[in-house]
This record gives sequence, structure tokens and C-alpha cells, in this order.
Amino acid sequence: MKINKTVISLFIMLALLSGCSKDVVKDDLSDSTNSVNDGSNNETYAYSEDGTKVTELNLDKNFSAAEVLMQSPEFLDPASPLSKRTIYFEYDSSQVLNEFIAVIEAHAQYLMTNPNQRITLEGHSDERGTREYNIALAEQRAKSVFKMLKLIGVMGNQIDIVSYGEEKPVALEHNDDSYALNRRVEVVYK
Amino acid sequence: MIKLIKKIPVLLICSQLLAYSHVLHAELTIEITEGVQSAHKIAVVPFAVPQGDKLTTDIGQIISQDLAGSGYFNVLAREEMLSHPTRSAQVKFRNWAAIGQDYLVIGFITKDNNLYHIQMSLFDVYKKEQLKGLRITVEATSVNMAAHHLSDAIYQKITGIPGVFRTRIAYVTSVAKAQNKHQYNLHVADYDGANPTSIAQSKEPIMSPAWSPDGGKIAYVSFENKVSEIFIQTLATGERKSVAKYKGINGSPAWSPDGKQLAITLSKDGNSDIYILTLADLSLRKLTRSYAIDTEAAWSPDGKEILFTSDRGSRAQIYIMPSNGQGSAERISFDGNYNARGAFSADGKTVVMVQGAQGNYRIAVLDLATRTNTVLTNGPLDESPGFSPNGQTIIYARRKGQNQILSTVTLDGLTKLDIQHTTGNVREPAWASRK
Repeated sequence: MKINKTVISLFIMLALLSGCSKDVVKDDLSDSTNSVNDGSNNETYAYSEDGTKVTELNLDKNFSAAEVLMQSPEFLDPASPLSKRTIYFEYDSSQVLNEFIAVIEAHAQYLMTNPNQRITLEGHSDERGTREYNIALAEQRAKSVFKMLKLIGVMGNQIDIVSYGEEKPVALEHNDDSYALNRRVEVVYK
Repeated sequence: MIKLIKKIPVLLICSQLLAYSHVLHAELTIEITEGVQSAHKIAVVPFAVPQGDKLTTDIGQIISQDLAGSGYFNVLAREEMLSHPTRSAQVKFRNWAAIGQDYLVIGFITKDNNLYHIQMSLFDVYKKEQLKGLRITVEATSVNMAAHHLSDAIYQKITGIPGVFRTRIAYVTSVAKAQNKHQYNLHVADYDGANPTSIAQSKEPIMSPAWSPDGGKIAYVSFENKVSEIFIQTLATGERKSVAKYKGINGSPAWSPDGKQLAITLSKDGNSDIYILTLADLSLRKLTRSYAIDTEAAWSPDGKEILFTSDRGSRAQIYIMPSNGQGSAERISFDGNYNARGAFSADGKTVVMVQGAQGNYRIAVLDLATRTNTVLTNGPLDESPGFSPNGQTIIYARRKGQNQILSTVTLDGLTKLDIQHTTGNVREPAWASRK
């Protein structure tokens, strides 16, 4: 049902766009003899036939390959195990809990099918205990995931590890719910 | 134990020591949260200021703060003073004895050209005699430091212990900018948090600052390149050098007492171990070889021993071993179920650490000779303890409400003081051992 709705709305948008096309300024800026770049920035502007000033804007953002990948259905769809990229841990433990094995297996399969794909495993902890101990603890968590990925067949050179300890919490409250969210390994595709 | 709360707001004046100073001014609040009744009772009368002078530094107030925070003094509130003598001839001892004062400090400031002459007299109220007289001549920018100098003189004359009021601290602040975005700063400030200067800034975490024994350099961990890396920064020049960027963890730098080596934590060979890094050639010697976490090294003052945190016995505990690696590690912490980040006192007789028990993390000291463990603070998340250079006070970071702040506690646990920086969470204090 959801997909149908998306398809329908796409059709509607396309229809609207084509309906508008006659009114769109025709001048292609790059071809226009009227285009001007004063050198102060990279923006180029031109005057269309009716005298309207049209400015080509700089691109806001170049999406990295990883960012584009994360927008693909297999990483975005909540039903896909690849959409889960955080593995949570118990207090002062680096033991992978059974419930996360399927998630790790899914990422392992993807990495084995795409041997040029690289990831970083980011280890994190909650704020209890000392900071440098937590750096070491969170690295052990990342290494637990690393070992499991390798055991399944992922090549070690596809995986980097960095431990941030308690320095980058996602939940900022000082209670057990926050602590549970902060004790984690994040699988970051590069 | 009595509970007295004094709030002393001080307007800080910009320190232009370093060109990249970021903090122009900040309001610092020092709050004495707990104090001792049995301490020396001392009255510090406001110093006389030259007529019409614009000097904003309140010398008497700085001396009062210094002495009150030390734990050795109970400082008389100004509103309880019956008179305000500024010259010896104006002192009437019986008036001060009548309100129970043991000691009296008076002083006055004169000015010629751009120089301030600050004159101080310390009296013993009962013996009716002057114990100390001092005149310090400084430019306007150094009046603050001159006040701390006077505090040192008073403190040492009465207690016999060198003061720490002209020493400096370093600490890390973190300010949340947006979801998962932070600004981290490494600051250097006077021991009481005054005159903070940001010496390093990053959008990635900065951790574990450690002063070189001569007070000229700071080693710290920075994630600015998206991996952990240990830098040494020279304060006078701002010059920075990367000394450890191995695969995995590069953490917990600790200077050897001679300043020639750093004990550091690396995980390049698999798990976290302590290594000794010789700074002259950046060569490495592996000190610990356990399959567990070994980290947070600290040197004994004679350089012969290193203590560290290890979970080789399942939970984190403090161990001690010879720094030359010739000998085994001995566990020294047995109270509580989690002990970490130990540090020696300057005389090597005491170790301060973070002690966890029932989910509460507090600062505890261990007397190495008697193995007596004393808990000094209340938690729930106290961390990063370190001794003041004279061994009388411990500085640490704690959570207060939703914020992290710096606090000090005296070795008897009776006098506590909060040092509040206006922006962000403040943590990982490190107290320089030299002035």
C-alpha cells in the first residue's frame, strides 16, 4: 500500500512538472551568452529573454557514496536488518548479546558481497566509570563485533575501529535508559 | 560538620597571554559547600585603594577566597567586621579578639605611574604581634597574581605548608552545539579557575591533559583526525607535536618525574597495555602484558613505580608495579567494587582514586603504609582526581545537576569548593606541580 501511494504521488508530481515546463525559463545558463561571473564567487547569473535575472546557485552539499548508500532501500527499510547499525551492550561488558547476532550477520553478508565496501566500528560507553577505562572498554566492544564479522568471513582490511568511550553520548540524561542507549557499537559505512 | 555557603562572584579580566585566547571574560563562581569550624579564624579587612583609582581587583576578597578554600581557615564575613583598619596604627587587637579572631590581615595599595605597591600585614590577635609584613610592586595586569602571592605568604606563615595559590590548572570543556555536535576546548587557568585561556579547540573529543613536571608543556589526547592521538603542546609558544598515533587507542599520557618519558596506553598489539614512550626518540617499551584492560598509568614521585587500572581480576582495580618492568603487578585497591584512575600524592605516601560502590562513584584516598581507605566525596559521578602540589587538596570533576563542574576537597574531606566555569561541561582537571 505504501509503495503504491509513493508511486501515485510521483506520477502526480511528474504530471505537474511537465505541465509547468512551458513557463520555465529556457536559457541554459552554461550556454547563455549573457551569463556573467564577476569572479567574486562561483555563482553565475544570466538574464532570460524577458529580462529576469537567473542565478545558478552553488551546490549545497555533495553527498558521499556512503550517504547515498544509506538512503538505499536495503539500508533504509526498517524491515531490513541492514537498517540496524547500532549494537547495544550491557554494563561494563563487551559480550555481544544474542539479539544482535542477526544484525551482525546481515552486515557481514553485505560486506562479503561488496568486498570494496569499508566500515568503521565506533565503540562507545556510558558515563559511569573513568574516561580512559571507558575508552578501553568501548574498544573491546568494537573488537567483539570485529571478531564476529571476521569469523563469518569479512576481510579484516574492510573494517576500521575507533573507540570514543563516553565522549560521544547519544542520550544526555543521567539515568539507566540513557546509559543503555550509550553503551553501543555503531557500524558506520564509508 | 557545619555547612556554610558563600557565593563570591568575581569578574574575570581577559588574559592576553596567548594570541588565540577565546574567553574574553567569564563570571566565575566559587562556592564553599562545606567548611570546618575548627579551622583558624582569620579576618581579612578590605585593602585601602588609592583615591579615584580604577583598580577593580578586590585583593582582600581574593585572599579570603584562597584561605577559605584551603580548609585551614574560617574567614570572617565583611559585614561582621566592626572596623576597617588599613594601617598597623589603626589596629585594636581587643576588638578582633572580642569577635573570636585568631589572625588579622590588613593592607593598602599605593600607586605611582603605572605601578601598584600592595602592602600587607599579618597579625596574631592574641599575642598582639605582627607575624609578617610584605610589599609587592606590580603592574595593573598582575594585581590578581600579587593577591595570590600574599595568600601564599599568609598560608605558609600560619600552617608551615607552602601555598598553591599561584599554581595553574588545565581542564577540558565540552559545549553541546546540536545533536551529536560538540565543541571541545582545552583550557589553562589559575588554580581557582580565574583567567581561563583556551589552548586547543576541536569539534572532536579532547581528553586526558597532563602537565609536564616543569609546568611548561601539556600532553593530551585529541580525536581531531577522527582517531585518538597524543599531542604535546608547549604553552609559551603554542607549538604542538604528535607523539603517538598508533593503530587503536592512544591514551592516558602520564609524565615521568624527570619529564623525559610518557607512560601511555596503546592497543596496537590487541588489547590496552601500558607503554613507556621516550620523548627524545619516540621509542617504545611495553610495560604490561595482560590480556585484560591496562590503562590510566601514573608514576610514583621517585619514578620507580607505576600504578595503573586493570580489569585482569574481572573488575577494574588499581595495581602497582616497577616502572622498569622488572617485577610483577600488585593489586592495592580492595574497597568498593570498582577502583580506577589512581594518582600519587607528591610524597608518594597516598594514592587518590575513583571508587565505585553500589553504582556510586566517589573520590577515595588510600594510605599506602596503613592501607587505610577513606572516601572523601559523595558522588554520584565523581572522577579525574588529582592532588594539589602541596598535597593538601584534591581537585576532581563531578556532576552537579545536569552539569559537570570542577570541585576541590581537602584531605580530611571536610572542606569542599566548587569552581564553576560559565560555559559547558567542565572536566578532567590537571593541577600543575610548578608555579
